[in-house]
Amino acid sequence: MAFFFEVLIGGLLSGVMYSLVALGFVLIYKASGVFNFAQGAMVFFAAMAFVVLLQDHGVNFWIAFALALGMMILLGLATEKFVLRPLVNQPQITLFMATIGLTFFIEGLAQLLGGANVRGLDIGIQDEPIAAIANATGINVSRFDLAAAGVAAVLVTSLALFFSRTRIGRALRAVADDHQAALAVGIPLHQIWGIVWAVAGFVALVAGMLWGARNGVQFALTFVALKALPVLILGGFESIPGAILGGLIIGAAEKLAEVYLGPFVGGGIEGWFPYVLALLFLLVRPEGLFGEKHIDRV
Amino acid sequence: MLYREAGQFKSSYAADQQIFPIRQDRIAVGAVLVFAFIVVPLTADQYWLSAILVPFLIFSLAAIGLNLLTGYAGQLSLGTAAFMAVGAFAAYNFLLRVPGMPVLVAFVLAGACAALVGILFGLPSLRIKGFYLAVATLAAQFFIVWALTKFGWFSNYSSSGVINAQKIEILGYRFDSPLSKYLLTLSIVAVLALAAKNMVRGTVGRSWMAVRDMDVAAEVIGFPMLRTKLSAFAVSSFYCGVAGALYAFCYLGTVEPEGFNLDLSFRILFMIILGGVGSILGSFLGAAFIVLFPIFLNSVAGPLEHAIGVKLPAGLMSNLELMIFGALIILFLIVEPHGLARLWQIGKEKLRLWPFPH
Amino acid sequence: MEQRRIGEVILRLEDISLAFGGVKALSEVSFDVREHEVRAIIGPNGAGKSSMLNVINGVYHPQVGRITYRGTQRQQMVPHEAARQGIARTFQNIALFKGMSVLDNIMTGRNLKMKATILEQAIRFGRAGREELEHRRKVEEIIDFLQIQHIRRTPVGKLPYGLQKRVELARALAAEPDLLLLDEPMAGMNVEEKQDMCRFVLDVNEQYGTTIVLIEHDMGVVMDISDRVVVLDYGRKIGDGTPDDVRANKAVIDAYLGVAH
Repeated sequence: MAFFFEVLIGGLLSGVMYSLVALGFVLIYKASGVFNFAQGAMVFFAAMAFVVLLQDHGVNFWIAFALALGMMILLGLATEKFVLRPLVNQPQITLFMATIGLTFFIEGLAQLLGGANVRGLDIGIQDEPIAAIANATGINVSRFDLAAAGVAAVLVTSLALFFSRTRIGRALRAVADDHQAALAVGIPLHQIWGIVWAVAGFVALVAGMLWGARNGVQFALTFVALKALPVLILGGFESIPGAILGGLIIGAAEKLAEVYLGPFVGGGIEGWFPYVLALLFLLVRPEGLFGEKHIDRV
Repeated sequence: MLYREAGQFKSSYAADQQIFPIRQDRIAVGAVLVFAFIVVPLTADQYWLSAILVPFLIFSLAAIGLNLLTGYAGQLSLGTAAFMAVGAFAAYNFLLRVPGMPVLVAFVLAGACAALVGILFGLPSLRIKGFYLAVATLAAQFFIVWALTKFGWFSNYSSSGVINAQKIEILGYRFDSPLSKYLLTLSIVAVLALAAKNMVRGTVGRSWMAVRDMDVAAEVIGFPMLRTKLSAFAVSSFYCGVAGALYAFCYLGTVEPEGFNLDLSFRILFMIILGGVGSILGSFLGAAFIVLFPIFLNSVAGPLEHAIGVKLPAGLMSNLELMIFGALIILFLIVEPHGLARLWQIGKEKLRLWPFPH
Repeated sequence: MEQRRIGEVILRLEDISLAFGGVKALSEVSFDVREHEVRAIIGPNGAGKSSMLNVINGVYHPQVGRITYRGTQRQQMVPHEAARQGIARTFQNIALFKGMSVLDNIMTGRNLKMKATILEQAIRFGRAGREELEHRRKVEEIIDFLQIQHIRRTPVGKLPYGLQKRVELARALAAEPDLLLLDEPMAGMNVEEKQDMCRFVLDVNEQYGTTIVLIEHDMGVVMDISDRVVVLDYGRKIGDGTPDDVRANKAVIDAYLGVAH
């Protein structure tokens, strides 16, 4: 039983990190109706920029963080200006394909910056079991996972507060509901979009640092970020609580499936299990856990 | 004055409904076929045949497959490469396990297998749309590659799922030279492209476009949603499956499941975006662009290094290529969402008036 | 040749109730449609008129009620099944296939009559080619009838509103329906276009004997061309009868002119 809980907790903790990536998608989707496939590439780019500054240029940790954040904000603003603004009013699927193009661009840029090799990243927290918990309950909980989950939780909560309590948050929700109407009541649309892309860049940086410290900063980070897609399908594209819950479910389910189902089919099912789970879920509830049911008017 | 339909009057609906109603188009298509079947074999060297023309044709076929699904039926798929993998491995297994199986029959059956898998993963399309569906096709992408790697039976228990395509022999003739493989690929692609053109101008094509443009109205008119969407998945996957079989048998010879990864799926998606979503011609143009562009880039890089006297880092070109591809996709979506095929059409419009533009 | 002789009831709706979540769109509405007649549904905005059409051809499924079409009773229709049974329609917000030409749009209306398999179409051999020609001929008849010859090849997205409405009618007619549902066929048209459209609707009714159910806001038009009128208000039926009956109905006058409650 202890082993079951160990797997479950490990899964939930990594699930929080999926939630973090998914959050970036939700923010942009809510504000501009764009399904930003490039969020994964942004995570990769942010981590790479940070590592390069830290290791190749010997910049201090916090300055590197600030600089990387600045780069992410610039990248976000540039995306808003050069990709999304010219494509405004295009079908969603066109915007989606544009963000696939953006993905390639950012991936190329990241590797241009830091090369194609795996870069180790140490942010000062060890990936080792916490002795106190292990002794008391016999369950191994990684110190790193716990810390990462803590960071993610703080971030998620503060963003949720930011968007529910501040003026910008209210404007954002208005924009999400109806661009035209928001514009009509004097909400500066492009400014809001800029802010959202910048926040999404910030989230990507944090996610990239955490995942990078865990798995190494490498191209494969984009695949981790792809896992956020099934998370979103479970949670619904427009819901921040949905992204969190979806992340937890996917994180726990894929670990449990790997440990308990994997041996029967030769293992390695983590790669596709979340997608198939999301797919099955879609068949039962196409609008997600918290999404709204749409009625087609004809 | 060269490209004008003036004076070409149609006196029957049959004449009006020909596959290429304008005389100049018929001549152009004929000329391309003559060029591909006669001039190219006489002039092209081995490198061109096996490293450029064969992959170009195969990618064109896969792009047609994806275009039928995404461009005509409006169902976005990110799993094209996986359906190609199904085709490649199915053809291999039919030839391996069924004694005396003719190669062409194996290719058709491979396409059929891919079609069945396509139908299976197309089922969710009945309930979900847009990028939700794209995630469903991602499931196909990851699951199929995983299954082909994990279950040794598919690759006859070779290590990490690598298969060596069998020798191609049709009616006692061996297709082992680059030229013969080129001609075989060309024939298959030409026939299937023609069939695709026929389908998209028939009822089935109209049913796909109807579902793409306005699904409620399509159903009200009497197109059954499930059958229409699944037929698009089936036909599209059939094309991808045959393309996959050709990819293994006429191009690479040795393939592994990992070779059919998400990156290949994206590459084919890019072909149709650049070439033209919803255009058979565009599939060819897009494939040509994606195949030729890296070659062009490398040929530019050499003289550039020479000129500036600095050796460029090895990864630079491939990363630049990624960035340029990405930027081009965005540029095309902004400037010309209908791709190269549309530019071609605009060119033709101009030619109609030339040399008297007003 | 006069085909128009109002016959038996072919469509009967009984106690239809439809709700979206908590919002009631239709409550216990019953009415019938006779063969060859022109039946109008009128009512203020939000009265449930479009919902009614959507129930008839199965786009919406009522929670309660019975639909009897041609003697077969069912609780709900499925859209393509309704099409198979000879029901065609147009939409309030034009639902044409924007990426296709006028000709192709109208050809889609013939789909149920085409039998060639995908394989036959792929090689365009035998039946497939023959069918395309045969149906093209019929489609050209409809194009002539509605006088849209000049825009045959135009992508529908490029057409002005009035012509799009006409193309949509053509597409519905291409199916040679027994029952034609028209959702505000004249909305947003100028007087001249309205007159044309009225003429087409009456011609369809007279020449082909098609039964027509239409929603319209223009009272003049409704009173002129329809045989019987149903009046809906807040999802309930408040009047039903000949144009003259309805005109004299107190509840109808109140609904349209408003009364103090």
